[in-house]
Amino acid sequence: MKLGTSLIIGGLLFTLAIVVGLLAPWLAHTDPVMDANLMNAEEPPSWMWWFGTDAQGRDIYSRVVYGARISLTVGIVSQLVNSVIGVTLGLSAGYFGGWWDDIVNGLTNLMLAIPSLIFALAIMAVLGPGLTSLLIALGLTNWSFTCRIARASTLSLKSQGYVQAARVLGYGDLRIMITQLLPNMLGPIIVIGTLGMGSAVLAEASLSFLGLGIRPPYPSWGSMLSEARDQITTAPWLSVFPGLAIFLTVLGLNLLGDGLRDILDPQSRSRRT
Amino acid sequence: MTGPALIDVEDLRIDLNLGSSRVAAVEGVSFHIDRGETFGLVGESGCGKSITALALIGLLRRPLSVGAGAIRFEGREIQNLPAVEQRTLRGNRIAMIFQEPMTALNPVSPVGRQIAEMFVLHGGKSWRDANRLAVEALASVRVPAPERRVKDYPHQLSGGMRQRVMIAIALACGPDLLIADEPTTALDVTVQAEIIELMRNLCAARGTAVLMISHDLGLVANFCRRVAVMYAGRIVEQRSSDDIFRACSHPYTQGLVDSLPRLGSRARLGRSRLREIAGVVPAITNFPSGCRFNPRCAQATEVCRTTAPETTMLGADGLVRCHHHA
Ligand SMILES: Nc1ncnc2c1ncn2[C@@H]1O[C@H](COP(=O)(O)OP(=O)(O)OP(=O)(O)O)[C@@H](O)[C@H]1O
Ligand SMILES: [Mg+2]
Repeated sequence: MKLGTSLIIGGLLFTLAIVVGLLAPWLAHTDPVMDANLMNAEEPPSWMWWFGTDAQGRDIYSRVVYGARISLTVGIVSQLVNSVIGVTLGLSAGYFGGWWDDIVNGLTNLMLAIPSLIFALAIMAVLGPGLTSLLIALGLTNWSFTCRIARASTLSLKSQGYVQAARVLGYGDLRIMITQLLPNMLGPIIVIGTLGMGSAVLAEASLSFLGLGIRPPYPSWGSMLSEARDQITTAPWLSVFPGLAIFLTVLGLNLLGDGLRDILDPQSRSRRT
Repeated sequence: MTGPALIDVEDLRIDLNLGSSRVAAVEGVSFHIDRGETFGLVGESGCGKSITALALIGLLRRPLSVGAGAIRFEGREIQNLPAVEQRTLRGNRIAMIFQEPMTALNPVSPVGRQIAEMFVLHGGKSWRDANRLAVEALASVRVPAPERRVKDYPHQLSGGMRQRVMIAIALACGPDLLIADEPTTALDVTVQAEIIELMRNLCAARGTAVLMISHDLGLVANFCRRVAVMYAGRIVEQRSSDDIFRACSHPYTQGLVDSLPRLGSRARLGRSRLREIAGVVPAITNFPSGCRFNPRCAQATEVCRTTAPETTMLGADGLVRCHHHA
């Protein structure tokens, strides 16, 4: 069935990336930072150096494997922050309405108007490079879609019988939001979150490429691309493998998001039952 | 009865705010329900039954609001209670079940959890105890194999089963008053009878008072000790159920009684065709002056068109709002 394939392929790619990240110390052949050896600089891929070596003679394979840790940490953590912010703002705005809704709406529109990468760039410029600043910058700038979805879902769920019933049964506002509204909008939120993780991985690569994210010598896929920039014609493997890692991870997350959308869609869910 | 009634509604008016103008969707509604008593509210669709019930539990929301009158629960004015106290009243002392058992349950939560939540919320129980009580509650509404059923999601249950779950949720905390807003309208007839019987037994056993809301006079009169008939936002007649068929006074009530199918003498005499009440319910924004029933009333005279009738007491239990009451 076509519906399942994107879910399976996406899930496999994402799982692979996570496993690689978790098992990096065992999978890597050498230390990604310390094991530089100018004797083997810029070796092309071979049995010895699977993905080749860079200008300092470090094993690209090992660096790509370790890079998964940084990319996934940034992707997952920053998207979690985004999801929490987006859901909290959107849910409360849709539920309470009034001036709070106006404020949240204004803020969301503002965020949508500024390209989030530009915004993250500005934050990075203030905070300086590094993992923590990356997490902050990317975690604060990509919640507007989640917020919109959460708000719209709340508005449509609010009039559902079970939400009314909960109110009649003496549920407080917070309990209604957590037990009645949140679980019923989780499907689209998870889908947006998965796709958002993909864009966070890309954003990390872009920021690191620009020298604002993870700085060399630490191996993030973006910083590796950045370093490989000058040797793209002479030693293309320096760019190809980190690029491929980004590509496969983002592709996996996008496929996973699409696959999840198909199974979490309330319409297809009611069809299954 | 000594002391205040369980719930006492006095001269309730519910306003519908339409931006610039304001209309009274419900007006001059008074009734009381004693502890353990069954009281019925009957009327056509749109006459204001549901919003009256919502007013009782303090849950009218814009554009509706209580415009005038008093709603006292055990002698205390509900509207003056702080929000927190209103909330502990709801679900705990006053519970409600609805017309649509299909939509009144959270689709993504197992029914057992939804019952248990009431024990946690109002009973201060731990989840562990609450889950055990939920199984008992499900057993008390005669759901077979309750220990398995608690894990079911609403979509796995039939309409009748869901309404049983709703009853279990509503009665979980042993409320003093159960408001049942058309609890069986969405169910088929045999299931209806079962649900009504179940409610009757459970509420009688626990001494729970019931406010039964329906457009089905037969059902309400059968279930309740006293019945109020509502038309276009006003109570037009209130009677004991025993009297309503024998001695109703208002032409609208008479119309409702005549439109009920019944077995026996009249059917055999060849008058099997049901009589309906001519005309339509007036729109809420366009209530006629005088008696609101006058355009559809065969007995209407000039005074009916100009002056709204006052209520007349009929014995201890009855009242009627008609210029021409018998
Ligand atoms: N939220 C609302 N906004 C505007 N008008 C409303 C609202 N809720 C109810 N009304 C109006 O108030 C009147 C009474 O409604 P209510 O729901 O109490 O009727 P009802 O007697 O319960 O009818 P039914 O038998 O169809 O349930 C109706 O005319 C309805 O249109
Ligand atoms: Mg109603």
